[in-house]
Amino acid sequence: MTAVIETHGLTKRYRGGRLAVDRLDLTVPEGSVFGFLGPNGSGKTTTIRMLMGLIEPTAGTARVLGGTIPGAERSVLPRVGALIEGPALYGYLSGRDNLTRYDRADPTADPRTRRTRVAAALDRVGLTPAADRAAKTYSLGMKQRLGLAAALLQPRGLLVLDEPTNGLDPQGMREIRALVRELAADGTTVFLSSHLLDEIEQVCTHTAVMARGRLLVQGPVAELAAGTRGRLTVVTPDPGDAARLLTELGVAGVSVGDDGRVTAEPPGADTDLADLNAALVRGGVRVRGFGVEKASLEDAFVALTGEGFDVAG
Amino acid sequence: MSRAETGSVEPGERRAVRPVWSWSLGLLRSELGVTLRRRRTLALLAVLAAVPVLIGTAVRIETGDGGTVGSGGDGPAFIAQITNNGLFLVFASLAVTLPVFLPMTVGVVAGDAIAGEASAGTLRYLLVAPAGRLRLLLVKYVTVLVFCLIATLVVALSALAVGAVLFPLGEVTTISGTTISFGAGVLRAALVAVVVAASLAGLAALGLFVSTLTDSGVTAMATTVGLLITVQILGSVPQLDAIHPYLFPHYWMSFSDLLREPFHWEEIHRNLGLQAVYTGVFGAAAWARFTTKDVTA
Ligand SMILES: Nc1ncnc2c1ncn2[C@@H]1O[C@H](COP(=O)(O)OP(=O)(O)O)[C@@H](O)[C@H]1O
Ligand SMILES: [Mg+2]
Repeated sequence: MTAVIETHGLTKRYRGGRLAVDRLDLTVPEGSVFGFLGPNGSGKTTTIRMLMGLIEPTAGTARVLGGTIPGAERSVLPRVGALIEGPALYGYLSGRDNLTRYDRADPTADPRTRRTRVAAALDRVGLTPAADRAAKTYSLGMKQRLGLAAALLQPRGLLVLDEPTNGLDPQGMREIRALVRELAADGTTVFLSSHLLDEIEQVCTHTAVMARGRLLVQGPVAELAAGTRGRLTVVTPDPGDAARLLTELGVAGVSVGDDGRVTAEPPGADTDLADLNAALVRGGVRVRGFGVEKASLEDAFVALTGEGFDVAG
Repeated sequence: MSRAETGSVEPGERRAVRPVWSWSLGLLRSELGVTLRRRRTLALLAVLAAVPVLIGTAVRIETGDGGTVGSGGDGPAFIAQITNNGLFLVFASLAVTLPVFLPMTVGVVAGDAIAGEASAGTLRYLLVAPAGRLRLLLVKYVTVLVFCLIATLVVALSALAVGAVLFPLGEVTTISGTTISFGAGVLRAALVAVVVAASLAGLAALGLFVSTLTDSGVTAMATTVGLLITVQILGSVPQLDAIHPYLFPHYWMSFSDLLREPFHWEEIHRNLGLQAVYTGVFGAAAWARFTTKDVTA
């Protein structure tokens, strides 16, 4: 599998500041939906700026779609659609004219297909009805979608989306996530940064976790989650009895959660979960739900780093 | 790959880069459209168009009783000749707007060129398009030059229209005392407008350089206009006459030499040479700054 993004020792120190990104080794496989996860201030945007040639790395190298950045922007960037730190639009131009403006700046964009490509991009993000309104009258969600449309003006080998759901209401977030899934389903590699664990978990196949400019861990989401064992979970109106019985049955690490759920370490391979469940029911516990819950990315994060995922940053 | 098939190309595949001139002209067209469609640009041009109306009306009111303006040419250049020939309103209006008004509008447009895109955040999207930093800078500079020409023409054409309405038109008496036909006079006016527009090239480059220094459009505009006013003040202090020939507005008023018979080219050449030097120096500085700048806005 080839890497769409590959960095070695990528480092950035802003003028007069501390290290924003510290010796980052990142590998984004082709075809993945890559979640770049980290609390605010952990260096996600800085990394993306370096990958797009907007700022010069203090040290290290970066390759994007096979070209070295900085250096190969002219051949690489036309194949990259990017949404960096929110959309930026000419408020006095219509949505359509905004896209035309950005398309004219692309050295590979064919002027003969421009109108159809702009219309198709607007259609893709559902902005056709508002295409001829001044962009300053757009809601934040519409602006975000127009920004996405700009990233979709051409067939792209890579989409870089920096916190694309930031500032949106839940409905707006769902719309953007649905779009990202659609794009990923087309086979486009998506590099998605976010400070929301559940967002990464919902849409990504791979992830890298950043904290304070450092890469903590990267790999397939499933693999990271598999690194931690899930929890045996019993949903019941009788948590006290359930906990007592489970302990008697030799299950370790039994605890009763605030929500009344009883959780415990999953038993070894020699114990059949069905037998445990039957024993609970025989003991008079009314069981609503029973099973081993898959470990979440958050569990993996905590297990791998030994710290909580603190978004406060 | 034929370019007509662009839409069906594999996403990761390289697309052919269009011929440099075609892409650059497209970007320039886009830039001109974006600049000239801004309400602010239109407001600046409207103000410039209003100046000849004010001058023409004032002259008309003052001379309504058949008298002449002032005591014979002590006021702004060419004002006294307006009552005899409306064409002189063109030269008078350019002489009145050239020291501050006209360059101020250029300072606004040039100062905003890069910094305005940075503060709006659109600069990063132009750069990842990728417009190319040098190309974007050149397109911005050419656009400011085109604005210089348009702004000058707006003053000149407004003055011509107002002059034609309020005053008689006819043969033109040159500064040297000879007489040329009205048609020849209009051609001279056009030449004057082009020279005046070219006089602003140095300031345009200075403004563009300032524009690369900050991410705030307002700061860049204010700084450029501030520099313009400072330089004009320095130019009016007699004790500093040693540095005067190096100040970009020093030869601005030399356009009146085009109203002599024959033309006096010397100061006009010096003016254009000085503008070329400013363009070279500040253009290079803008290039050095912009092509190495971290774009974080
Ligand atoms: N333009 C800048 N100048 C100086 N420091 C910056 C700049 N942009 C970001 N930083 C600093 O770099 C660090 C990483 O920021 P950023 O990459 O924006 O994080 P994220 O996108 O993960 O929230 C932060 O400490 C931030 O304060
Ligand atoms: Mg960020």
